[in-house]
Amino acid sequence: MSTGSLDLSPAGHASPAGTQLRAQTAMELKLMLRNGEQLLLTIIIPTVLLLLFAGAPIADLPKPRIDFVVPGVLALAVMSTAFTGQAIGTGFERRYGVLRRLGTTPLPRALLLAAKTISVVCVEVLQVALLCVVGLVDGWSPHGNALAAVALLMLGTVAFSALGLLMAGTLRAEVTLAAANLVYLVLLVLGGIAFPLTDFSDGVRHVLELLPIAALSDGLRVVLRSGGSVPVHDWVTLLVWAATGGLAASRLFRWE
Amino acid sequence: MPAVEVLGLARRYGSVTAVADVSLAAEAGQVTAVLGRNGAGKTTTVEICAGLRTADAGSVTVLGLHPGDPALRHRVGVMPQGGSGASGVYPSARVGEVLALHAALHSDPLPARALVERLGLTKAADTPWRRLSGGEQQRLSLALAIVGRPEVVFLDEPTAGLDVQGRHLTWELIRDLKVAGVAVVLTTHLLDEAEELADHVVIIDAGIVVAAGTPRDLTAGAGDELRFEAPAGLPLGDLTARLGSGATAAEPSPGRYVVTGSITPDMIATVTAWCAERDVMANRLTTGAGTLEAAFLALTEDPT
Repeated sequence: MSTGSLDLSPAGHASPAGTQLRAQTAMELKLMLRNGEQLLLTIIIPTVLLLLFAGAPIADLPKPRIDFVVPGVLALAVMSTAFTGQAIGTGFERRYGVLRRLGTTPLPRALLLAAKTISVVCVEVLQVALLCVVGLVDGWSPHGNALAAVALLMLGTVAFSALGLLMAGTLRAEVTLAAANLVYLVLLVLGGIAFPLTDFSDGVRHVLELLPIAALSDGLRVVLRSGGSVPVHDWVTLLVWAATGGLAASRLFRWE
Repeated sequence: MPAVEVLGLARRYGSVTAVADVSLAAEAGQVTAVLGRNGAGKTTTVEICAGLRTADAGSVTVLGLHPGDPALRHRVGVMPQGGSGASGVYPSARVGEVLALHAALHSDPLPARALVERLGLTKAADTPWRRLSGGEQQRLSLALAIVGRPEVVFLDEPTAGLDVQGRHLTWELIRDLKVAGVAVVLTTHLLDEAEELADHVVIIDAGIVVAAGTPRDLTAGAGDELRFEAPAGLPLGDLTARLGSGATAAEPSPGRYVVTGSITPDMIATVTAWCAERDVMANRLTTGAGTLEAAFLALTEDPT
């Protein structure tokens, strides 16, 4: 052989699932944390909103303002990572043929999805930790059952991931980019994150309450602000979005 | 049993027939070149073999299995066609990272550093994919296809966009893969590449195999020839009459002349004398068996 050392003779198997999952997750995480626009959506905007809405008299919020705002930005954080970031990232992976190429490697699709999920959850943990610390420093006093809050965040993650992957797997990458950002902006205003849904007329409010982001922020708010238990309709709303989104994504997602 | 066996393959996209009838066999330890013009059906054929597309008709087996079989994934390496921004690599991932990821999916991968060095990518190891030159992207793409030490590799236009040096690096690596016992299937529209590398050439035109064999088989068919270049449009009827004994002169492309028949020293003298009478230089005058190019052009000529 011309430059010696390299033995090209066929050998080996697929590596164990754990090794594959670790490698793929590390790559997904690196790419997410390296992406400036994504960090803007996932870290900077929620943090700025938290400080802004808690401090300045921007909207007519129930007092203490911080107790209203923190649950909202936690919901926004979940949406930004599980939905917006994932939809855009996956859309472009599809467009660039990354998913197609990975399909020719020993990495099973289930592990690819698992890696995506784990990296989304890792980023969310970072976001939630950051927002909670900033909130606590700013005088936030959380109540209620932390487990219920975590369960809500997880169900929200499933619902938003399903919707993000549905979008990424069916639309062109450029359309996904525009649409995912638009949805983020619209839901930021209409989803009960920073502005209470009670600001809207009853008819509009009943429609908006059916949004996953509204259910998530409302549920978090009920738990963390007053220590109440999550309203059934919030669970149901999130479950329905998760189930229909997941079903649609698994049926309609095109890998290339 | 061949490593890759394709029988009567067909594939349409809507009303367009990409592949009409392709059969081929690729053996371990050999380079099989699928040669054809752009749009001949090469990529579709290879993508079906690589499990990236499904066939409408015909059968394909790779190492005795259906191309989509998950058990093949670690045994087969695929280099998709580059360009059009869809070569299958994360744009912001660095060379070393992508290679490490693909290596980690296999139990016994090639040493990444040696592979990077071998492909002349050492200096680019920390460069993100999107900032690589087209040639570097192609070489990394090749590295990803072979890092798992596959038994079969499908390389779709592996040297497209490469400079001379990159092309030779790639050719050398492909030769080494072959020596190591890998079945290499590549597509190319470059005749010299097929002639240089391939043990077996399959010429595809309009989705159909028009010829297959060793480069030598294919060029033997082109027979004895005398070729030369001269200004276009010389009156060949006169030359053919002068040559006699079944030899014919033709101008397959402007300024390129081919005389077929049994070539004798006397005949060469006739041709050069005929040129001299017209005060015309016969450049690049060669004789002997045809080149693959001649065979290829003859086989894939448009019926005009």
